[in-house]
Parts: sequence; structure tokens; C-alpha cells
Amino acid sequence: MPPIRTYHELTDADRSGLPEQIGAQRKRVAERLAGVRRVIAVMSGKGGVGKSYVTAHLARALARSKRAVGVLDADLNGPTIPRLLGIEHAPRPTSPNGIEPARGADGVTCISMALLLEDGAPLAFKGPAAESFVWRGAMEASALRELLGDVMWGSLDTLLLDLPPGMQRYIELCDILGAPPAVLTVTIPTPEARDAVRRAMRAAVDRGSQLLGIIENMTGHGFEGTAGDDLAKEFGVPVLARIPWHPTPDSWSALGAQL
Amino acid sequence: MKFLCVECDKQMAFEERQLPGDGTLAATFKCPTCGRVVAMLTNPMETQLVSSLGVEIGGRTVPAQPLETVRKMVSTGREDAFDEGDEPRGHAAASNGTPTWSADAQERLARVPNFVRGMVKRIYADYAKERGIAEITPAVMDTARSELGLEGM
Repeated sequence: MPPIRTYHELTDADRSGLPEQIGAQRKRVAERLAGVRRVIAVMSGKGGVGKSYVTAHLARALARSKRAVGVLDADLNGPTIPRLLGIEHAPRPTSPNGIEPARGADGVTCISMALLLEDGAPLAFKGPAAESFVWRGAMEASALRELLGDVMWGSLDTLLLDLPPGMQRYIELCDILGAPPAVLTVTIPTPEARDAVRRAMRAAVDRGSQLLGIIENMTGHGFEGTAGDDLAKEFGVPVLARIPWHPTPDSWSALGAQL
Repeated sequence: MKFLCVECDKQMAFEERQLPGDGTLAATFKCPTCGRVVAMLTNPMETQLVSSLGVEIGGRTVPAQPLETVRKMVSTGREDAFDEGDEPRGHAAASNGTPTWSADAQERLARVPNFVRGMVKRIYADYAKERGIAEITPAVMDTARSELGLEGM
């Protein structure tokens, strides 16, 4: 048998054009976000530190300072942003050009799986149930891509992405955007949170994201530690805010003024 | 994924895609030199993996629709998630070259889950409009499904 040519040596036009289809998907995202001045991922390696709460209130603070702000709730399995922005469900107006985002408190626009799923239902996909972990991650990444590229975000100063705990969604986001987004990190003061958040920040640095700073949440009562200062020192970034258990609008405005 | 006719040392060209409806996929490829045809058969897991990327083997037959993968693949979507505007129109409303829907076609469309219905409706309407078909009937829908590879919708 003669030597078989390799995949890359076969260069005839391919009607499937899978690489071209992927390229078209990325182009769609890039075109949709062309009117967005900056995309900021709000992340943490730790669950329960208040990422969504911080995201929603930061978005509102930015909007109150006359900036057009959108929030993409990238926590596809535990979406909470609509409730935090006071958004009631209503059918999303849809056209061949895209889906209109919802509008919440202070005019913040938003898209979330919470607006698309049955009340109380998990995000479930059609498909073979056995070994669904093989394809589920890719399916969620596609959903994230569509929420970025198919929602009519319009002209925004800031699009905040509320990420779920862990790193998976951040990595997907880097691939979909084609460039790492700027990152805001949320932690609580405890050493346990610090250790988990450190890994996430390291991953963000490794991917090339700009670290905008740290928000230390739930300070003052119950949680002991210096996670915010420790991480700030280690990564050479500022602690942008220490948010108390009962923040006031001024707490958020002060944070928004730094971004 | 590409196919090479080893005897001819030629890249085989995609010919046809079939979705039997059981989660599997069949795609045929033909050698442009000797005419040999091979079929690639994927199991439901492999088919799902391709679907999860939002791409189509054999190429796109219709333009990408907003939230297409979400709408096609999410099984827990709410009925009233989307507002697509106008409902399918019967003869009385026909105007501007927009195809009308026969009663049978409207009935069939109504059986499509609402989460994906608006998208499916638009695809059929665009198909009919591009071909100058004045009325969408179940037969037109069958032809479109086959031609456009919409077996999953």
C-alpha cells in the first residue's frame, strides 16, 4: 500500500466546510460584539461567594452612571441574574437578526437561560443519555456562543459575563471570543476561598486575561481572613472593593467608579 | 473528517446526508476519479457530538437561526420563551408574495413544540418564498424537510 496522505495534505474544497462553519460562528460573535466597548468576565474559582450578586449590582451602578450595560448570565445551569435585576419573564422578541435582550433595573439589559427554561426545570438537552458528559460540555459551550452572538446587544459600554464557579466556562469563553476577556475576581475573606480563587486567577493569567482587580465580598461578619489582600499582593492587582453584608447603593457606586 | 480513496489517492467528495431519525447519521462520499462511494455511519453519540458544535456535515442548507442549537436541542425550554411576531396566515391574508399556510400545514406546524416552532416556521416560509411557492402544504413541508435536511426539526 502506498503511503497515505495526511489530513492536512487533503486540501480539496469540502462541501461540509466544518472549519468554515466554525469560522462563521466566531465571525457572528465578533460582529455582534462590535458595538460593545469592553467585555468583562466576573469569575471566581469558588462557589457561593456572590458573583451573581456582585455582577448585578455592579451592572446597576454602571448603568446609573449613564453607561449602557448588559449582563450575560453565563451560569447556564443555575441562572439567577434576571431575578437579581428584577426581570419578570416575557417572551423574547425574536427576528431573523436575533433575540432582544430583557431590560431590568436601571436599564441593564440581560439574557439568561432563566428566561428561556421552564420554571424550575434544569437545563436538559435532547440526546443519548448514556455518557452524556461526552457531549454536554460542547452543547453548553454552543449555548454560550449563541447567547453572545445571537442576542441583539446593540451598543454597550460594558458587557458583564456572570460565570459559574470553576474554570470551564471561562475557558470556553476565551475560545469563543478568540481573545481572553478582562476578568474581575470575586472572593470572600476566608483562606479556603483564597486557595480556590487563586487557581482561577492563575488560569486567567495563563490564558492572557487582564486582571482588573479583586472584589472581597461578605466582609465584616462571620468570615475571617485576608483573601482579598493576599490575592492582591500575589497577583499585583488592586482590591477594588470590600462589600459588607449589607451594602448600600454607595458601595456599588464606589466600585463602579473604578471601572 | 475527510475521506481518501487510497487506490486513486484522491480526496472523496461529500455526496449526501441522511438522518433516519434514530439519532444516527449517514453521509456518503464519492471518489471523483473512480466513482467509488462510501458511507460514513455515525452512532447517536457521535451524531450528538457533531450537533453539539452547531455544525452540519454536508454544509449548511439554511442560514444559521438565532439560538438555533439552544432551540433545537434544549428539551426543557419554556413554551412562551420567544415572540416570533405573526402567526401562520391562511388564504385571506396572502399578500406581498409571502406564502400562505394551508389548514393542514398549520395544524402540523402547531404540533411542533413552541420553543422551536417559530424557527421552523421561518425556515419553511423562506423555503417556499425562494421557490415561488404560494401555499405551504404538508407536501411542501415534507419536500423541504428532505431537501434541507431538517429531519431533526
